Amino acid sequence: MAGDKVVVLGTYGSMFSMRVQVALAEKGIEYENKEEDLANKSPLLLEVNPVHKKIPVLIHNGKPVCESLIIVQYIDEVWHDKNPLLPSDPYQRAQARFWADFVDKKVYDCGRRIWATKGEEKEAAKKEFIGIMKTLEGELGNKPYFGGEDFGYVDVALIPFYCWFHAYENFGNFKTETECPKLVEWAKRCMQRESVSKSLADPHKIYEFVVSLKKKLGIE
Amino acid sequence: MAASDVKLLGARPSPFVNRVQVALNLKSIDYEFIPQNLADKSELLLKSNPVHKKVPVLIHGGQPISESLVIVQYVDEVWSGPPSLLPADPYDRATVRFWAAYIDEKWSPLVRNLINATDEQSKAAAAEKVFEGLKLLEDAFVNSSKGKGFFGGEKLGFLDVVLGCYLGWVRAGEIITGLKILDETKTAALVGWAERFTSNKAVDGVIPEPEELANFMKMQARAAAAADASSK
Repeated sequence: MAGDKVVVLGTYGSMFSMRVQVALAEKGIEYENKEEDLANKSPLLLEVNPVHKKIPVLIHNGKPVCESLIIVQYIDEVWHDKNPLLPSDPYQRAQARFWADFVDKKVYDCGRRIWATKGEEKEAAKKEFIGIMKTLEGELGNKPYFGGEDFGYVDVALIPFYCWFHAYENFGNFKTETECPKLVEWAKRCMQRESVSKSLADPHKIYEFVVSLKKKLGIE
Repeated sequence: MAASDVKLLGARPSPFVNRVQVALNLKSIDYEFIPQNLADKSELLLKSNPVHKKVPVLIHGGQPISESLVIVQYVDEVWSGPPSLLPADPYDRATVRFWAAYIDEKWSPLVRNLINATDEQSKAAAAEKVFEGLKLLEDAFVNSSKGKGFFGGEKLGFLDVVLGCYLGWVRAGEIITGLKILDETKTAALVGWAERFTSNKAVDGVIPEPEELANFMKMQARAAAAADASSK
């Protein structure tokens, strides 16, 4: 759409920011990326997301949209002509929304507990994480993408976590590839898409970030 | 469509189940309500929602859909005739989805904290947080309704269903805490909206009486305390 101004407030390394970047890239939308320092939030962020004060925020022609999956649905509905992310069939759409919601409810929190806890708690988090990945792998089945033949909404929701696997695996002492080979195959397939490879953070930088975060929070 | 084509696995006290009932009523869809015993989950429930094992589950033409917000959007899309529950404009849709997420993820846990507060100090602190949230929702209502009676405008929409189905629990909470949660001196617009919502035909008979819910909550609290005590 000519004359569209799109700004994204996000942070490098945030899986939620990455979802928005992947979606915009899938649609071929040009945008301005503004990196936020979450320890020192900009007046703009506080103005456009006063309720949660969180990233990501999409600002489209001056109007803000918050919450990553809501933003992705918005992007899909506004720029609906190219690379649709949600299926057109209502039942398939419901399934896509269900699984994206599942990713939201389960993956971040469990992943965090792997690096933020130790001993029994860490072991439990690791087991839970593997369980969640296995459930997702089951849902993927033999499809190339969660969306079926085409890269879609659930793929966008989940793929940003892939660059965090290296950190989870290091701290949890496991290999996702061993536990869920089909899921890792799926992730590598997604990484072949430019929208994904250009949007995902460097796993080594993520790992370093977690190391310094643990130090800052006093977690050994 | 024959009632047998549309089944709802649910439990009367659940506001999430109530949402689906109201949505189906608004669309004038006949359905079979299959009450579930959540303390002893049926094979049908476990088979239909193996991931979360929760209600509501809508089974349409044999296919299950879970998660109340997902189900309500599905109902709106399958039975796409009027009334439309979600707005047509993508920005308005993003706005209603934002407030629905806020209500479920942020505001309702605050209400639960208030109801479960054990001493006066934590009750007062919890109440303050609930009122702060209600002020945000009052503003959202004023912006959304544009002078009409509902979040959806002249007719009930998605946000009316999402927030409205919590009203039974809010009233039960008022009985249990002795506090006015919906207070016309604080959120007058929402108080008016609440009355209009509960007296709407589509809501009739869906939300249990506050006394029934208050008793249900007390029973649950006793069961939880007993389980706690016996596991020590």
